[in-house]
Amino acid sequence: MSFSQSFFAERFGITEHDLESYLSEALSAGGDYADVYFEYLATSSIGIDEQIVKSATEGVSMGAGVRVIAGERTGYAYSDDLSPAKIRKAAHTAALIAKGPASVVKTGFEKAQQHNLYPMLRAPNEMGLDERVALVKRADVAARAYDSRVFQVQATYADSLRNVLVATSEGKLSFDRQPMARMSVMVLARQPDGPPQHGYAGGGGRVTLDFFLNEKTPEDFAREAARQAIVQLDAIDAPAGEMPVVLGAGWPGILLHEAVGHGLEGDFNRKGTSAFSGRIGQQVASPLCTVIDDGTIGSRRGSLNVDDEGMPTQKNVLIENGILRGYLQDKLSSRLMKTASSGSGRRESYQHIPMPRMTNTYMLAGDSDPADIVRSVKKGLYCTTFSGGQVDITSVFYVMAATESYLIEDGKITRPVRGASLIGNGPEALKYVSMVGNDLKLDEGIGTCGKEGQSVPVGVGIPTVKIDRMTVGGTAA
Amino acid sequence: MIAQELTLEQIASDAVQQALAGGATDAECTISEGEEFSVSVRMQEVENLKEAGSRGAGIRVLTGEKGAQRAGSSYTSDLSPEGIEKMVKAALELAKITSVDPFGGLPEPSELGKLEGDLNLYDDAIAKMTTEWKIDQAMRAEKAAFDFDPRIELSEGASFDSHTGRRIFANSRGFLGSYRTSSCSLSVVPVAKQDGAMERDYWHTSTRNSTRLESPESVGRIAAGRAIRRLNARKVPTQKVPVIFEPRTAGQFLGDIFGAVNGGAIYRHASFLAGKLGEKIASDALTVVDDATIPGLFGTTPFDDEGVASRRTMVIERGVLKSYLLNTYSARKLNLKTTGNASRGITGNAGIGPGNFFIEAGALAPADIIANIPSGLYVTELIGGGANTVTGDYSSGAAGLWIENGKLTYPVSEITIAGAMQQMLQGIEQVGSDLEFRGSIAAPTILIREMTISGQ
Repeated sequence: MSFSQSFFAERFGITEHDLESYLSEALSAGGDYADVYFEYLATSSIGIDEQIVKSATEGVSMGAGVRVIAGERTGYAYSDDLSPAKIRKAAHTAALIAKGPASVVKTGFEKAQQHNLYPMLRAPNEMGLDERVALVKRADVAARAYDSRVFQVQATYADSLRNVLVATSEGKLSFDRQPMARMSVMVLARQPDGPPQHGYAGGGGRVTLDFFLNEKTPEDFAREAARQAIVQLDAIDAPAGEMPVVLGAGWPGILLHEAVGHGLEGDFNRKGTSAFSGRIGQQVASPLCTVIDDGTIGSRRGSLNVDDEGMPTQKNVLIENGILRGYLQDKLSSRLMKTASSGSGRRESYQHIPMPRMTNTYMLAGDSDPADIVRSVKKGLYCTTFSGGQVDITSVFYVMAATESYLIEDGKITRPVRGASLIGNGPEALKYVSMVGNDLKLDEGIGTCGKEGQSVPVGVGIPTVKIDRMTVGGTAA
Repeated sequence: MIAQELTLEQIASDAVQQALAGGATDAECTISEGEEFSVSVRMQEVENLKEAGSRGAGIRVLTGEKGAQRAGSSYTSDLSPEGIEKMVKAALELAKITSVDPFGGLPEPSELGKLEGDLNLYDDAIAKMTTEWKIDQAMRAEKAAFDFDPRIELSEGASFDSHTGRRIFANSRGFLGSYRTSSCSLSVVPVAKQDGAMERDYWHTSTRNSTRLESPESVGRIAAGRAIRRLNARKVPTQKVPVIFEPRTAGQFLGDIFGAVNGGAIYRHASFLAGKLGEKIASDALTVVDDATIPGLFGTTPFDDEGVASRRTMVIERGVLKSYLLNTYSARKLNLKTTGNASRGITGNAGIGPGNFFIEAGALAPADIIANIPSGLYVTELIGGGANTVTGDYSSGAAGLWIENGKLTYPVSEITIAGAMQQMLQGIEQVGSDLEFRGSIAAPTILIREMTISGQ
């Protein structure tokens, strides 16, 4: 597709000449680099609660952000009005970060290379509202049918289509159309007169409504949420103290996101505030661990054809057989660290400055049979579902909140336990990985990562792994 | 033709009228506009400078007879007449596919209203602060952190942020209201280094009124002191001990309590406090209030996001659960009256949010509370947020200082604290006198009799 056929050219009449003029204005007081990011985001969501469709919302937000980099300094301004005068004003404001003679903008744009990871059969605005309603109703029926102890069901379907355009002072131009869809189901169950328990499941990715008709159905998510709530009805107090922990395959990969991923983001390492700073080539994990961040997997929630700085995303090896190989870089950090961008520059919206972020972070499969991994533990915990996690990248103290776990006693999975935090120290945690399963699984597509006030969608994945020592934060001391 | 610029109030009122003309029986429109400024410095150099403004409008329409209405919502960042027209049409379309909900609909006209008088939410001095002055504040805060101790040689930076905004709300029952707000904050994140180990912490001052901004030197020194005292942290053995939450972490725990008194969780039976109104759910030492009427605070507004006048609600009085926090919908579901806690962005059905939600201060100075503990934990950081307000199960990552013989001693980290929220509330033995409002949820120091610490 040529630029003149692209979304912003067709809908708002934006020309290459306009883009050049914005970039010239941005570099009118000097600076090393400038870019302008256009965004047009259309969202839609519908929710069922207490068996009735209580909410239906849709909307549009749009704007353009102009960034100027001068050395380590960044100037940023945005406008929610796409008129040339307003964008030029934003460019002028961003330019104030630099003080000097104007820098030269390359004239004539070259279209940047990019992937084609999420082709759409039908765009979200081609789907009927009734099709959306049908999805949440199916989820409600399936969750209630799963078990008579289910008494509350909330289900939501949400989708969005984001059109973006990035033009840089290096003369690169990229545009992309990024779909996202997600279903989530929340279930409460209780024994007659007993206290309620909670279950949650969801999924999706850079897909459209058709995904939920063909690949993962509302019933799949509804049954999973109901199953989790029912399991919790028999849960006992979680143990407290250090013990071996087995993480199930898939979503427990948030361990990688928290324990190592954030610590490998280029900005923290450039500033020297990460515990991984200056440790490339060192052993930071057990030799069984190879950790990848891959933004190029088709239709995944964390994938992008082109990052939010106009660079094609990549498959980046972070840790190879336990050795630290690389950081996640955006343009600013890579420029200052004299290396290349890894296609990891991301931002929440046109109102935000890009920074290095993860995409889909996972560990390669090993060769252990998952059943053997559980059998090898005399007394420990088996965790399969988490509600989230957090890390302090300086001390590398990380926490994950487990919502479905079981005791392992004499190599067998026995009783379910109540919610408990799992904690550890980033670079230490992966040194205790003693078995890696052959069952690598990526998560269902529900992850959102928050950093410095910006949220972006991400994915994780992991095979079943055994960690010899981890602290479990239950109450049964 | 000369196009006349409409005021935001006119745009909101017109959107409501368009919805009624399009067949809605009720409608409400929210508009917000804001200007943000942010500067960050790191290692005494300016790092980021950001400045911009944005606006957004949202509408919620109701169709059908009162008591049997359907709702549809939409929003837009395009406030031109065409943008507003599209927004209204989209909401009307969506109202065709939602269900009839007997509990839905706008508040009763008698419930609509707003606090009169100046609530001191807007300070023009914040809009007038110069870029140079703001940069200087951030520079001085970071410098004060560096000067505090030679082990502070690194920093994640200091930032000064300011915001001014307006919010407009109109509905088809004749309510039209608007208010301006301003806020500014200064924060710094120093990194302490010793023997190859690093720890960071932060401190900030945030206010709606420029005169209440704390000095950059004070913010920098407090942040540095907090980072330094975390160096050489130990992991402690797994055990059950008394736990003291400092105001920052006590506020986070109070945020979890907010989740449990939120009317939306109550009517769904999704809270361990559902059905407990009038019962003794906490110790005598605990009184919790929600008050959106205190001038100048972050949780203060003249009216809530449904146009109901703000008020003070006693939530927990000396341990007895007196009230949930409700919007119109949850109040109808529970056969109660709204407490004026409706909260939303610019669109959708209203949720429930806090006014100024706080634990009433007690009599003891924090040092006196610590002095009575032979052995226990003083929590300065919570991480990972593991409160389950459905069941009351609580488990969170924590860092802090160990208390021995009534004194704060060595730092501890990489531990968890866990308990049942039901027992934590009953176990609040002391409440400090050190209540300060730095956000809409605020608490003084609190002492909880016993929690499980998981470490080595």
